[in-house]
Amino acid sequence: MEKRNMKAWLYLLPAFLFLGVFMIYPLIDVLVYSFEEGYNSASQTFFGTGGYNYSYVLHDPYFLQALKNTFLLVIITVPLSTALALLISVGLSSIKPLRDLFQTIYFLPYVTNTLAVGLVFMILFKKTAYSDGLVNLVLHWFGSPSVDFIEGPYWAKMFVLCFYTIWVVLPFKILILTSALASVNQDYYNAARVDGTRRGRIFCRITLPMISPMIFYLVITGFIGAFKAYSDAVALFGTDLNASGMNTIVGYVYDMLYGDSGGYPSYASAAAIILFSIVLTITCINLLVSKKHVHY
Amino acid sequence: MKIVLQHLTKKFPSRNKKSRGEVTAVNDFTFEIPDGKLVGLLGPSGCGKSTTLNLICGLLSPTEGKIFFGDDDVTKLPPENRGVGLVFQNYALYPHLTVSKNIMFPLENLKGAAKLSKEEMNRRALEAAKLVQIEGLMDRKPKELSGGQQQRVAIARALVKMPRVLLLDEPLSNLDARLRLQTREEIRRIQRETQITTVFVTHDQDEAMSISDLIVVMKDGIVQQIGAPQEVYDNPVNLFVAKFLGTPPINLFDGRVEKGMLYIGNDALFAAPNAPEGAVTVAIRPEGFILKEDGPLHCALVRLEVMGRDVSIVSTNACSESENVRSIINTENTLDLNSKIVRFALKPQKVFLFHKETGERILF
Repeated sequence: MEKRNMKAWLYLLPAFLFLGVFMIYPLIDVLVYSFEEGYNSASQTFFGTGGYNYSYVLHDPYFLQALKNTFLLVIITVPLSTALALLISVGLSSIKPLRDLFQTIYFLPYVTNTLAVGLVFMILFKKTAYSDGLVNLVLHWFGSPSVDFIEGPYWAKMFVLCFYTIWVVLPFKILILTSALASVNQDYYNAARVDGTRRGRIFCRITLPMISPMIFYLVITGFIGAFKAYSDAVALFGTDLNASGMNTIVGYVYDMLYGDSGGYPSYASAAAIILFSIVLTITCINLLVSKKHVHY
Repeated sequence: MKIVLQHLTKKFPSRNKKSRGEVTAVNDFTFEIPDGKLVGLLGPSGCGKSTTLNLICGLLSPTEGKIFFGDDDVTKLPPENRGVGLVFQNYALYPHLTVSKNIMFPLENLKGAAKLSKEEMNRRALEAAKLVQIEGLMDRKPKELSGGQQQRVAIARALVKMPRVLLLDEPLSNLDARLRLQTREEIRRIQRETQITTVFVTHDQDEAMSISDLIVVMKDGIVQQIGAPQEVYDNPVNLFVAKFLGTPPINLFDGRVEKGMLYIGNDALFAAPNAPEGAVTVAIRPEGFILKEDGPLHCALVRLEVMGRDVSIVSTNACSESENVRSIINTENTLDLNSKIVRFALKPQKVFLFHKETGERILF
């Protein structure tokens, strides 16, 4: 028995080494940095230890702006994109003709190049010397004045960011939900039909509970993904996100490390730890809620 | 409630897209299921028995023909307005609901004047649960139940809205052998107690024979024979029915009728004065053999099998269509195991003649 245990550990060693070096060590390192005040990566020196980094970050208006942006993004896009994906998947699974075509169309954003997507959004939203963008063209028809979605008011920029995020995450969610819907045994629906169940009730009492594990999965990964948002904002508003007021928490961490105002790994680490604790809390709340409403 | 099927036909479009043909699953069914009876639809898989059940319950609509419940034409009615209870082969219990919620589900769908109060629903659910003896399991989830218990919950759910007709799709096929015996008695008892006209589908002739008042034997979408189980067993109209009913299966021989005498090979069995001359298929039930020293049928002995109360002799015959001839005999008869040849006399009422090509019954 003893001998076999040794062997097992030996086999596990490569995996543990990798996880240790690339996952656990950096995690601990970040935690350590976040408590070292004024750490300088070039000289590897710091003044002292304490909670100052956290205090600085939490009082930094840029971080507070990033926090607000991220929270808004999460609260708006996660429920909206999941609900929208559910609606589209139910639609897709209840039509017969052209289903394959629609499925392909809805899946396209998933395989489209980000740069191409950025270009499309530019045509849609960006004000140039020649035009105000397609969306503004439509707004003009309804007699509304032009809105500058990229450099204009905060709500317009937030709208574009949310719109973009939802559009990007939708295909994956639709894919997951259509396959979840297809895996529900037809007999349940037949049984409900024989019992005279109305369609709305079938959906709420049978379909939703049956696919609830998949919805839950999408909500959790959606929350985590949205909290980690960064590249979407860069694609839309450029690299100087603090200037445009559209920074996210991950963007703030990046800026603190490498941005124009960068070179502060301690602040970056503190911000990263704050983000980590937020995501952890939200995921725990999710798990608690799911105990009641998710049926495996 | 009696059920009348009139020229019921169901065609499905062929799955093969190139040939635009149709598959006829149910072909021109006309029969009547009397009120309060337990009826078994019996046939090999693909014979259209489940399709028939789905037509009766309304999940499928017929291509042609009509369905009556009593005097009401229900052909065009959706399933919920027909007053049927359906038990699915896999039970289709909602996994996220407790037993009591599952049973109450059909009641919660009632609306308007039929709407029930919470107490009334609970009372009805408990009543149905008591009928199938699961009242102690009301707060469990389906996955915490055994197969037999799930089956009972499914029956309770079908019965709770007091249907006019109860339909069961392969009710026993997901249970193990012991439970199957128990459950089929249970179905019989529930049907007797409720007096609801019940139709069930099965491919297992044993099941159908043991509990049905009436069996309908089907093949390739065509009804072969309808009757009380024993009657169908004793008087099969064609070779298919004779072969399908009975375990062990009926023994088949190439035989012929010559000058009013029935022959298998060179053995003259008995007089068959009314049968036309020529080749016939001779079918003999396993219990139709009598071990007799001077019996007319000669077979080569292979082995003796003793299974509880049954003793069966396995032998071979050159004219047999299968490799072995299996006969079940009384234990009183003794058999000399050293002899190579066994000789049988036959019980004429256990011997059937069928036309060689059409498989139709020939009376003798």
